[in-house]
Amino acid sequence: MKYEAVIGLEVHAQMLTETKIFCGCSTKFGSEPNTQTCQICIGMPGVLPVLNGKALEFAVRTGLATHCRISEYSRFARKNYFYPDLPKGYQISQYELPICEHGFVEIVTDGDVRKIGITRIHMEEDAGKNIHEGGAYSFVDLNRAGVPLMEIVSEPDIRSPREASEYMKKLRAILRYLGVCDGNMEEGSLRCDANVSIRPAGQKEYGTRAEVKNINSFRFVEKALEYEIKRQIQLVEGGGKVVQETRLWDAARGMTESMRSKEEAHDYRYFPEPDLVPIAVDGKWLDEIRASLPELPDAKRKRFVGDFGLPEYDADLLTSERPVAEWFEEVVAAGAQPKAASNWMMGELMRLLNEENRPIDECAIKPEQLASMLRLIDAGTISGKIAKAVFAEMYRTGRDAEAIVKEKGLVQISDQSEIEKAVDDVIAGNPNEVGRFRAGEEKLLGFFVGQVMKKTKGKANPRMLNDLMKKKLGG
Amino acid sequence: MELSGLGIHDLIKMRDKGEVSSGEILDSVYGRIDRVESKVAAYVTLTRDEALKMAAKADREIAAGRGKILSGIPIAIKDNMCTKGIPTTCASKILHNFVPPYESTVTSRLIEAGYVLTGKTNLDEFAMGSSTENSGFHTTRNPWDTERIPGGSSGGSAAAVAADECIAALGSDTGGSIRQPASLCGVVGMKPTYGRVSRYGLVAFASSLDQIGPITKNVTDCALLLNVISGRDPLDSTSAPIDVPDFMADIGKDIKGLRIGVPKEYFIEGMDPEVEEAVRAAVRKMESLGAVPVEVSLPHTDYAVATYYVLATSEASSNLARYDGVKYGFRAEGRDLMDMYMKSRAEGFGAEVKRRIMLGTYTLSSGYYDAYYKKAQQVRTLIKDDFEKVFRDADLVLTPTSPTPAFRMGEKSDDPLKMYLADIFTISVNLAGVPGISIPCGFTRDNLPIGLQLIGRHFDEATLLKAAYAYEQSTEWHKRKPAL
Repeated sequence: MKYEAVIGLEVHAQMLTETKIFCGCSTKFGSEPNTQTCQICIGMPGVLPVLNGKALEFAVRTGLATHCRISEYSRFARKNYFYPDLPKGYQISQYELPICEHGFVEIVTDGDVRKIGITRIHMEEDAGKNIHEGGAYSFVDLNRAGVPLMEIVSEPDIRSPREASEYMKKLRAILRYLGVCDGNMEEGSLRCDANVSIRPAGQKEYGTRAEVKNINSFRFVEKALEYEIKRQIQLVEGGGKVVQETRLWDAARGMTESMRSKEEAHDYRYFPEPDLVPIAVDGKWLDEIRASLPELPDAKRKRFVGDFGLPEYDADLLTSERPVAEWFEEVVAAGAQPKAASNWMMGELMRLLNEENRPIDECAIKPEQLASMLRLIDAGTISGKIAKAVFAEMYRTGRDAEAIVKEKGLVQISDQSEIEKAVDDVIAGNPNEVGRFRAGEEKLLGFFVGQVMKKTKGKANPRMLNDLMKKKLGG
Repeated sequence: MELSGLGIHDLIKMRDKGEVSSGEILDSVYGRIDRVESKVAAYVTLTRDEALKMAAKADREIAAGRGKILSGIPIAIKDNMCTKGIPTTCASKILHNFVPPYESTVTSRLIEAGYVLTGKTNLDEFAMGSSTENSGFHTTRNPWDTERIPGGSSGGSAAAVAADECIAALGSDTGGSIRQPASLCGVVGMKPTYGRVSRYGLVAFASSLDQIGPITKNVTDCALLLNVISGRDPLDSTSAPIDVPDFMADIGKDIKGLRIGVPKEYFIEGMDPEVEEAVRAAVRKMESLGAVPVEVSLPHTDYAVATYYVLATSEASSNLARYDGVKYGFRAEGRDLMDMYMKSRAEGFGAEVKRRIMLGTYTLSSGYYDAYYKKAQQVRTLIKDDFEKVFRDADLVLTPTSPTPAFRMGEKSDDPLKMYLADIFTISVNLAGVPGISIPCGFTRDNLPIGLQLIGRHFDEATLLKAAYAYEQSTEWHKRKPAL
């Protein structure tokens, strides 16, 4: 039987506010344990939370960017449970009336655009961290306690691990465009839990779902889901039943493991937080936020396809990071042909940047410099092949293409007679191969071209060389 | 009369004329404490050294012409309000060693106004109770009869004021915890409108009901103290962004034509006849001063106690979750984390606190939430509506504060339900969020104080104070002192 997976994701995004959600402590990552705490975030008796307006603004920005309805009236709730990293014995979260509801994001898989629904986005505070170093006691670091989070809950609209991964990427792109989250899964500023079920293809009803927790890297989103789907299919095909439970992804062993069953699930005893007043969102303020939103990945993608004639694939990739998209637009603005610019950026530039994990805004090459280089290729001054070497040099030094080409004498030989002479020399020097070619071994063309390139140090105009070589060999 | 027997405004007058120094006032108060505290046991912590420093500072400031309204006035603080560097225990074993590194907003305002802290007063553990018998340390005695309880939960503050062990005090009131002990100790106690006074630094019992207020020897002092502690606080989101009037402004104005609602639901069977008589006499007295009594109805009164015990315990079960032995306070050693949690809370909390945590945990549980918590919130709205309707026909409501005068120690401590009914007349006020004040209105044949309660519109403490003052000035009740 063929099965279909049904996946919904709960994503926790740490907001990039300067201070915590309910007190004035810094949110900086990586400080000495318990140095970024005060009586409020460590839950001392008698203290009260006061909402950080920035956190509200960030959640609203995210809601607007994901086509959500922003609630006019929203409120916080307490989620009660005991754990040492939760100083108050409850987490201030939102429950019945979240700040954002009913949105969607668009993902592109295999060139198709699909909408994934967003059920809700709510604000909450992060917990601290337990530290186990062996010995009779464990330690608690509360620096992270009270750091603002957004929980972004998707509809069960995702149908494959690949789509889940694309959804995560798109969400991350949106959050980063907005500047509300750095999207770093490895450092835990973006976390993902998945609700997974399977059903026979064509069936309308959902199957029993398992929640998979601890998917803490982009690499693992697909892996964990693939494992879990396979597990459920095997279970069902073996005559078993999927049970509702929480499972933990174990990256080292590449599998999910049961953590607790439905019966063991916590009763969080949610109730409205009496220490905070309900949030009434002002229409004028909302308009201001809306007006201040940057152009978002989807809009940019559509524009890149529409205005620049880029394929969906290129447009999707180039718009996944705002600085990359902006860099691209600057190249085009400097006169470059969009598809050529896209090819160079997605090829050479990304390869070089990825090699040393360097962000594009720290790239030595400026967008106009790439545009100038592309002009040299167009004008036939350098060949595409030479351009690669020139580009590597530009990347290393930040110098202009013209200067490098001039200094190293890399100007393309487009002089008919000069190329012809080299072609004649090569034909004369390899009679054996000429015979074989003429006997039908046509793939030897590459050999002859290569020999000429060697002689001309790669500077021969490839198109002219090819034409000439074919003509001469054929003759 | 000794200085310790005077009120705030009397002492201010003398102080401002240079007749008395802060040091002398404090000496008198501490002299009184030394003589009677062993009988009353109003305090959990006496802060004599701190008080001496604060009085000396007040005298220096007065000498330099920088005296403030409360400079040199010794005031006691209920031990559930955080005082920086001074133990704040909530009369609970679980916080027996807790010293806050921060000051509550109310005490910060008192410090700015120049007050002198006499000490931290006893209460029912975490303010849960009506007699101080639930204190984790000791029971405070009623200064009028030391075999009897002072009321609660602010029993320590009310007893300290009544016994002249301070000039005034702060209490907190979740279901009557200021007004009921004030009534039983023969002093003035006010629960302001919810949101009038910042709760920052008040150890939470039930966040949507808790409110801090003054306990004083007379109505004028109540107004004076309320002036100092009221107002919006950026540290408390639930403190109201509403202007604070000068509460002294209407003191002394007449109450001619003031409509006083007398709710029929508050004169119930089982009520002490002497209390009823005193309160009815007070209504007649007000009438003689020009007020107009009107019979009114608060039809949902019967549901108030049940509603209160669902909501207050729900919030309490969550508010008290932080006392887990991990970060501060009492910790019992355990085999593992769960064992440590269970033992710390089992040994650290007293029986009543545990009873309420269990009750509140139950009412918030999935499957019960709608039947209890949600339903109680709906009834709360009806109770609030009752008051809104009444305030169309009346400017304030007059009721007894407590159905009985002070009861004997141990009389109700084995029967929680009986104890809960001690707050039957005060609880609705917290549920509705309106202000209420208790003032002395008589004595029983056994010489036990009786109090009456005036209830006002939201943020209309001024009318309460005006009426309370007019009544007080036409009687002598507030001038009586217990014979300790």
